[in-house]
Amino acid sequence: MNAAVQPVRVRFDRVSVQYDTANGPLPVVDDVSFDIRNGEFISIIGPSGCGKTTMMSMLAGFVKPASGSVLLDGKPVEGPGPERGVIFQEYGVFPWLTVEENIAFGLKLAANRVPERERREICERYMRLMGLTDFARAYPKTLSGGMRQRLAIARAYAVKPQFLLMDEPFGALDAQTRSHMQDLLLQVLEAEGKTVLLITHSVEEAIYLSSRIVVATARPARVREVIEVPFPYPRRESLHEDPRFGELRSHIRDLVMQEYAAQQRQATRNPD
Amino acid sequence: MPSRTWRTAALILAPWVLILLAWYALAASGLVNAALLPTPSQVFGKFRELARDRLPMDVWMSTQRVFVGVALGTLLAVPVGFVLGWYRGIRTFIDPVINFFRALPPIALIPLVIVYFGIGETAKIVILFYASFFAGVIVMYEGIAQISPIYVRVARTLGATDAEIFRKVIVPLAVPHMLTALRVALGVAWATLVASELIAAQQGLGALIQNASSFFQLDIIYLGIICIGFIALAMDTALRVIARRLVSWQERIA
Repeated sequence: MNAAVQPVRVRFDRVSVQYDTANGPLPVVDDVSFDIRNGEFISIIGPSGCGKTTMMSMLAGFVKPASGSVLLDGKPVEGPGPERGVIFQEYGVFPWLTVEENIAFGLKLAANRVPERERREICERYMRLMGLTDFARAYPKTLSGGMRQRLAIARAYAVKPQFLLMDEPFGALDAQTRSHMQDLLLQVLEAEGKTVLLITHSVEEAIYLSSRIVVATARPARVREVIEVPFPYPRRESLHEDPRFGELRSHIRDLVMQEYAAQQRQATRNPD
Repeated sequence: MPSRTWRTAALILAPWVLILLAWYALAASGLVNAALLPTPSQVFGKFRELARDRLPMDVWMSTQRVFVGVALGTLLAVPVGFVLGWYRGIRTFIDPVINFFRALPPIALIPLVIVYFGIGETAKIVILFYASFFAGVIVMYEGIAQISPIYVRVARTLGATDAEIFRKVIVPLAVPHMLTALRVALGVAWATLVASELIAAQQGLGALIQNASSFFQLDIIYLGIICIGFIALAMDTALRVIARRLVSWQERIA
C-alpha cells in the first residue's frame, strides 16, 4: 500500500498535555504534531514514562489535550468509540465472561449489534484465527498470558474497528510468544487492513511492524524524529537478518538511548 | 475416588471429635464442678427431649428473624455500599459515620430500640437489621472500590453506553461482593441474635438461653449455643455453595 496517497485519518496538531500533581502541573506531552494516514502502521517509541501512553489515550478518547487538538477524520476526538479498537497493556479481558462471550461482548452492544448467527460466525472466525477455539467456554482465569492477549485482540477486532490502538501489547509476553503474536498481527492486518498506532519500547518490534516510527523524547514527550521504515509488506521473520534492518535498529536505538539517559537525569534531579 | 472422599470426611470430622473428647475429658477430670459443666451426652439428651418440645419453634423463630433482618439489611447495604464504593468523593465524608455506627455493639442499642420500637417482633428485626447493614455495607463498598477501572474503559472503547456499562460490566463485577456482604451480614446477625432476643422474647434460641439461665439450666444453655453455631454454619455453607456456582469465574472464592 502506498501510504503517501492515502488520506490523513488522524492528526496530532500541536498537542500538549499536563497532569496535575501535588507539586503543580507536570507537562507530559509537549507540542506534538504528526499525521497518521489511512492504512499506516505507526509506532511511538520512547523511554518508559515519557508520555507515549498519554498520546494513545488522547486518540482513544480518555485524555483531553490541554492545548492543540487530536483530530480524527478532521474532527476533534470527543471520547472513546467503537471505530477505534484499543488493546490495553493490562489486556482487560472480562473475567466473568467465557472466551466466546468476551469476543461477543462488543457485538451485543447497541453500537454494533449484529444478528445472533452473524455474531456466532464472527466469534468462531476470531477464535480460530487466534487459536482459542478449544477454549471457547473457558473463563480467562484458566488462560495463559499469551492467550489473554490474543483474546483481547480478538475482542477488539470483532467489532471491526478501523483503527487499532495498542499500548505495549506484547510487553508481558516471553520472546517466542511475542514474536508469534507479531506475525499473527501482521497476518490479520494483511487480511483486514487497518490503521494502527502502537506504543512500544522495543526497537525491533517497532521496525518489524511499522511503516513509520515516531521517536519520542524524554518527558515531556516531543517528537524527536519520524522515521520511514523502507521495508514493504508482507514482512517475514527473516527481515530481522537484513543489514538495513540492523542499520535502522542502531540508529533508532541511539536515539532512544539518548532520550532514556535524559529521562534518567530528569529522574535524579526530581526524585519524586 | 472413594478413598479421597473418606479422607476428606475424616479430616472434616477430626476437629469436632477432638472438641468432644476435650469436653468429655474436662468433665471427667473433676477440674470443673460437675454441676457447672454438663457432659456432651447430657446436652444431647436435652436435645432429644426438647426436639419434641419447644426447640423446633425456637429454631424457626430465630432463623426467621435472622433471615428477615439480614435480607432487609443487605437489601439496603448493597445499593448504599455500591454508591460509596463507586463515588470515591462521597466516601471521605461518609466513611467515619459508618465506622462510628459499625463500632457500636448492637446490645448497647437495646434500650433505645425498646423506646422507639417497643418489645415486639419489630424491635428484634431492627437490631438484626442494624447489625447486618453495617457489616454488609463495608464489605460491599470496599469490594466495589477495588474494581479495576480497566473493564469500564474496555467496554467504552467497544462502544458501550453508560447504561450498558452498568448492566454488563459493573453488575457482574459487583455480584461477588454482594455475596460476600451477604455472608458477613449473616455471620454478624447470628452473633447478634441473642442480643436481639434479650428484648422480651418468648421464643427463639436467644430466649431459650435466657430462660435457661434464669433457672441455671446449663445443659439447655449449651444446647442453645450449639444450635446457633450449627445453623449459622449450615447457612454459611449453603451460601458458599451458591457463590461457587454463581461466580465460578473468579480466580479464588473468598
